[in-house]
Amino acid sequence: MKKFINHADDFLEQSLSGLQSAHPELLQVHKDPFFVTRKNINPHKVQIISGGGSGHEPLHTGFIGHGMLDIACPGHIFTSPTPDQMIAAIDYCQPKNGVLMIVKNYSGDVMNFEMASEMIDTKNATILTNDDAAVINSSYTEGKRGVAGTLIVEKVVGSLAESGASLEECQQFGLHANNLCSSIGVALTSCTIPAAGKPTFDIENDQIEFGVGIHGEPGRRREAIREANLIVSDMVEAIFQDFRERDVKIGGNSEFLVVVNGFGATPLSELYLIFNSVTNILNEKQLNIGRSLVGNFTTALDMAGASVTLCLLDDAIRKHWDSSVYTPSLRWGI
Amino acid sequence: MLIRMSNPISFSSFISPTLQAISIHENEIESLDRAIGDGDHFINLKRGVTAIQSITHELDSLPNSQQAKSIGMKLLSSVGGASGPLFASFFLEFSKHYNDENSTLENFCQAFTEGVDAIKRRGKSDVGEKTMLDVLVPVAELIKLASLNKLDIIELSQQVITKSIECAESTKSMLPTKGRSTGLGDRAIGHMDPGAKSCQVIICEICNQIISRG
Repeated sequence: MKKFINHADDFLEQSLSGLQSAHPELLQVHKDPFFVTRKNINPHKVQIISGGGSGHEPLHTGFIGHGMLDIACPGHIFTSPTPDQMIAAIDYCQPKNGVLMIVKNYSGDVMNFEMASEMIDTKNATILTNDDAAVINSSYTEGKRGVAGTLIVEKVVGSLAESGASLEECQQFGLHANNLCSSIGVALTSCTIPAAGKPTFDIENDQIEFGVGIHGEPGRRREAIREANLIVSDMVEAIFQDFRERDVKIGGNSEFLVVVNGFGATPLSELYLIFNSVTNILNEKQLNIGRSLVGNFTTALDMAGASVTLCLLDDAIRKHWDSSVYTPSLRWGI
Repeated sequence: MLIRMSNPISFSSFISPTLQAISIHENEIESLDRAIGDGDHFINLKRGVTAIQSITHELDSLPNSQQAKSIGMKLLSSVGGASGPLFASFFLEFSKHYNDENSTLENFCQAFTEGVDAIKRRGKSDVGEKTMLDVLVPVAELIKLASLNKLDIIELSQQVITKSIECAESTKSMLPTKGRSTGLGDRAIGHMDPGAKSCQVIICEICNQIISRG
């Protein structure tokens, strides 16, 4: 393992201290237990809280600020945060109009947020994001995982909450946006958890993992690497297959928000190459790209690889995607 | 049908041996989790047991039911992941049903079974899904049978050791339908479930302690 690290036990604490020092005007990092809030808390709006294992930065701590999240609870690397973090954070913010929990559909995250939800007195609701097309939904799986589509849900719901919408309205809109998102990831290499010191999985030099999750957990299949256009073509096909299975109607005038997301160790030049490939495929299908985002937003530590997310745009999602946002890692319209 | 367990052993006396036992199995548990999970199970488990060890002195002065409650709350705030809420649910529910005034095997069995049921509810899972329940449920059934047959605690401990090893092994051939390994599908077959393994290690250590202490 070769990493910028002092000691595995202090990794999270020191990384969060850096986040605090870099963005003092935006957020406040709290310790023991760990949670991150906005610098200026507005308890009268619905408080949007998210969280999950660390190692996916900027998800979620990098999305705290105007137009997006109010609270993020970072767990240890790839490990869900615990209920005491969520309870302490909610207690600190003193919400007057409820708390909306945006939770990626992973059993650890779901159970910890569920226990927090049962233990607080504040009115609360939950959105489980599950945009990963890789997992075939059936009674034999736990359901689809929440991956890069989560940041789209956080952005548009965050915008709606900023306008003074109620807890129920925010939850409904989040569920709606989640339903219109579909993602798929491909890993070229494994990733290494600092405290473990070894790569999470072994993968040969000429192999890729198609349908990988954001912790390096295996996906649909291991296969030989091919030229990028062919890999991306399979990725987009998996997404359309997922839309068809879930009865999300795609027509001639359909317009998409396309997110090409790096997993941490893939250069931006390759991500743009993927975006070019997605553009060509959608053009062939006579579908439109209305909005785009390219970069590292939902990472898996030092994994090389990328995911593609398509979100079918409607007027409401377009409006709330475009609205102003001011966070460490997403910033526009200000 | 009540069998009084002579001088119930303080739960806190099992903490250090448990920490040692899981540490001995570090490589095995970690490599299982890297194979079909995400590689963090051992780290989380060790953090949890270490956190409990740090409050051993507070626990020593408490009756076992309250120890179980404190252990549950400590696990809830220190472990995270899926195993944190699952282990915590077990101990919190156990503490509600364990009767310090009447610490019979029958009462222990009831509290243990209620704890395992709490794990089922929290994880929305049951036996046969390649999880820790594939060890915990058969062990709960074995204890129930033992309490009905008035089995000696030493003999029961020996049977539990055999049973839990056998059950952890049995998860190798299972197709995962709960937990992080579900994404692997068929590829998870042949690997033991890391959660089942860590439960087996902990249960065996506690049984060995009971046997060696007579």
